Amino acid sequence: MKAWQAYRLRLHRRRWRLRALRKRRELTTVVDRTRAIRPADILVFTTLRNENMRLPHFLDYYRRMGVGHFLMVDNGSNDGGAEYLAAQEDVSLWRSDASYKRARFGVDWLNWLARRHGHGHWCLTVDPDELLVYPFCDTRPLKALTDWLDASSIRSFGAMLLDLYPKGTIGAQPYERGGDPLEIACWFDPGNYSLSRNETFGNLWIQGGPRARMFFAQEPWRAPALNKIPLVKWDRRYAYVSSTHMLLPRGLNLVYDEWGGEKTSGLLLHTKFLDGFGAKAREELQRRQHYAASAEYKAYAAGLEADPELWCRWSEKYINWRQLEELGLMSRGNWT
Amino acid sequence: MSFGVVILVHTALGRAAQVIRHWARSGCPVVVHVDAAMKPARYARFRAQFDDLSDQVLFCERHRCEWGGWGIVAATRSGAALLLERFPDLGHVYLASGACVPLRPVAELDAYLRDRPGTDFIESARVAHVPWTVGGLSEERFTLRFPFSWKRQRWLFDRYVALQRRLGVRRRLPEGLEPHIGSQWWCLSAATLRAILSDPQRPALDRYFRRVWIPDESYFQSLARRWSGRIESRSLTMCKFDFQGKPHLFYDDHLPLLRRSDCFVARKIWPRAEAIYAQMEAGGHPAGVAEPAPARIDRVFAEATERRVRGRAGLYMQSRLPHEGWENGFTAAPYGVLEGFAELYEGFGPWFAKASGATVHGHVFAPEGAEFEDGAPIWRGALAAAPELRDHNAQRFLTNLIWNGRAGRQVFQFGPRDSQFVSWDIAKDPNARIGVISGAWAVPLFASGLPVARLKDEAARLQRVEADHLEALRSPHAKARVRVWTLAEFLETPDEALARILADIAPGRTGPLPAPPALRPLEGFGRFLQEMRNQGMHPYLTGDVPAEPPAPRQPAPRPYIVRPHG
Repeated sequence: MKAWQAYRLRLHRRRWRLRALRKRRELTTVVDRTRAIRPADILVFTTLRNENMRLPHFLDYYRRMGVGHFLMVDNGSNDGGAEYLAAQEDVSLWRSDASYKRARFGVDWLNWLARRHGHGHWCLTVDPDELLVYPFCDTRPLKALTDWLDASSIRSFGAMLLDLYPKGTIGAQPYERGGDPLEIACWFDPGNYSLSRNETFGNLWIQGGPRARMFFAQEPWRAPALNKIPLVKWDRRYAYVSSTHMLLPRGLNLVYDEWGGEKTSGLLLHTKFLDGFGAKAREELQRRQHYAASAEYKAYAAGLEADPELWCRWSEKYINWRQLEELGLMSRGNWT
Repeated sequence: MSFGVVILVHTALGRAAQVIRHWARSGCPVVVHVDAAMKPARYARFRAQFDDLSDQVLFCERHRCEWGGWGIVAATRSGAALLLERFPDLGHVYLASGACVPLRPVAELDAYLRDRPGTDFIESARVAHVPWTVGGLSEERFTLRFPFSWKRQRWLFDRYVALQRRLGVRRRLPEGLEPHIGSQWWCLSAATLRAILSDPQRPALDRYFRRVWIPDESYFQSLARRWSGRIESRSLTMCKFDFQGKPHLFYDDHLPLLRRSDCFVARKIWPRAEAIYAQMEAGGHPAGVAEPAPARIDRVFAEATERRVRGRAGLYMQSRLPHEGWENGFTAAPYGVLEGFAELYEGFGPWFAKASGATVHGHVFAPEGAEFEDGAPIWRGALAAAPELRDHNAQRFLTNLIWNGRAGRQVFQFGPRDSQFVSWDIAKDPNARIGVISGAWAVPLFASGLPVARLKDEAARLQRVEADHLEALRSPHAKARVRVWTLAEFLETPDEALARILADIAPGRTGPLPAPPALRPLEGFGRFLQEMRNQGMHPYLTGDVPAEPPAPRQPAPRPYIVRPHG
């Protein structure tokens, strides 16, 4: 990398960090329990809006994995989710009624919180509909992974977004609050992902899955990005650039091997396509608070009017991480 | 008890204390070395836990232990000296760390050592004969000086190594020393250990080893060669190293594997591996007089290295995107590419599928969209047929197609009408078996029945595209197995050509060639090509198909119009 290029990226990073500093004023504290954070705790960072249905399962899922504390930003929920979160002993909650879009889809808020509370911790930044799967997650807690990453001097861990969907139309099976969304949305596309390098930031750009083939078949370049780097040993100098797709400094984006080997990686099981998704897509379309002029939600709304089924005869039913690894979607790398 | 234990402790104190107690309760005298970096108050607290075992658990003089430095050797020496002084009747001394956990009952290890008095279990290999290098240094560990820490002062470390290399520095080895290296964790007989500790050359040796890199892997290993009567060059402590020379950690889900190895002690154990520590507390997993067999579980760890270093061929995913040339196989499995066959024969796909047993797609790169087997709109892996989606990243489409169907063998049709993004990729791919009938694109044009004047531009375009593709297939970079016939050549001996390409794509197949399907009618085809020439477009890739069919009286060599079999 040329010196001037490095310098430009440094300026870039500084800009996002200053922006996070400015945007912190949009956050008001609801409950701050961050004093309870112990030095070795793994932290979860989340922004959400009207996700009350999913919250109990979400918290349980990550508690069982051994997460120590949740730092959450509520962007104007009115479904009782905020009250529920405020009552949880391991949650610190902030509220913002400002624009999600102008906080760069929540990234500014989370960059600030991570800078303030995440320094020196393993930080997992996920949405309420994203469930992390990593090698051996059925037998080893998340701490085993982060200890190993520490011992291997690895600072960031990649986990591609894997869209899950039900068999039949999206709204056909109702989801009960607290239930396991993976019991309904348990199908995924096993082998239709395309990837290329982003030369500026060094990250991969991955597209594909059901959203690409159902909603973006004619304009695939607009299909949503699936590459994610959600788990990072945070340092106050770091910053997410665009969602959790990429970070700076750019060495953190190198979660893939370029010389033939496989690095260790996981997946974020994305359970967005559950009952209630259609209504949410229409609401989000009206709010116009999403990426690329809400192109994604426009496409969904258009597709969902016709009530499409994402399932096809080559969809694979989710069993466990070993199946995902066998299919080539994630890898143990040399962690055994 | 016939042996004592020296334990080096620096982190995970809770687990270390648990292991120390276990050795002591099983009857072994234990000398503990605690890193000098530990704060006095913490050390005092740690030490106080063993007040009830004060006649069996001793604490030796403390040294600062840094990875790769001399401190670890000094610590080991202090511990061993104290142990031998206070327990002079020991047969063996076992060196362990706080993260080394006994897997079998200590009594079994005791019996094992009693049966082998005077044997020294220490991995010790000539440095020139083994590939164990860390940081690119092997023999130079002994011939350069290393005053800087590799972990803390890497920049200085690297600079100083570079400087010494440039100046051609070579340290002189102490008289009679033959450098050997091996695992830090050993079990030496008391006699050998005493001899090492009281080596008459010791001041010179200390001076020398102080500046050797990672002396804990070479000090005892080299000196044992000098003093031992019987060396068993292996460690009784099982440790598996990864591709960077870093020890693998063991977790609870490794317990069955660890038991299967029949090893006495294993390292490193993850401090929170409750079940492994619980097994130790319960007295260990008895294996009688079984010989330790760490090689029995090597496969698991060898696979991990293979996966991390070479990866799965033909897989492109979020944590593996090799640079061109480093793919270790561009695609996951052999596949066939047929160009021009489907244009020439009616129902060629189903026939070839039957003859070869392979999955036979149509033109998967057709401009209208991918033609999967049986005309399916979506195929294995949920690969969709939409042309924009496919051409958005045609390389990945191809590698996904082959990866998704890697259990079987796949064949697809290709031609100049198709999108050509993968033209070079298939040419360079050793997995590709390509058969080309050049100029066969003229057959559908002929069959369309349209006047030549309207077809010649399209013909010229197809010919240009095919010529470019053939150039790729014939370039020095091409690694695919390629067979090219001009249309005229193919029509001379079509069955022979079919048999060849079938043998390429389905090598296991035996028996005679099943009757090929009917050729499309070609009466007037030669005339059609001539007409094209007359209008200024020369279809040279078809080869020399005569304008008129040869007169029947000519016997030479075979008729151009081949009658279908049966």
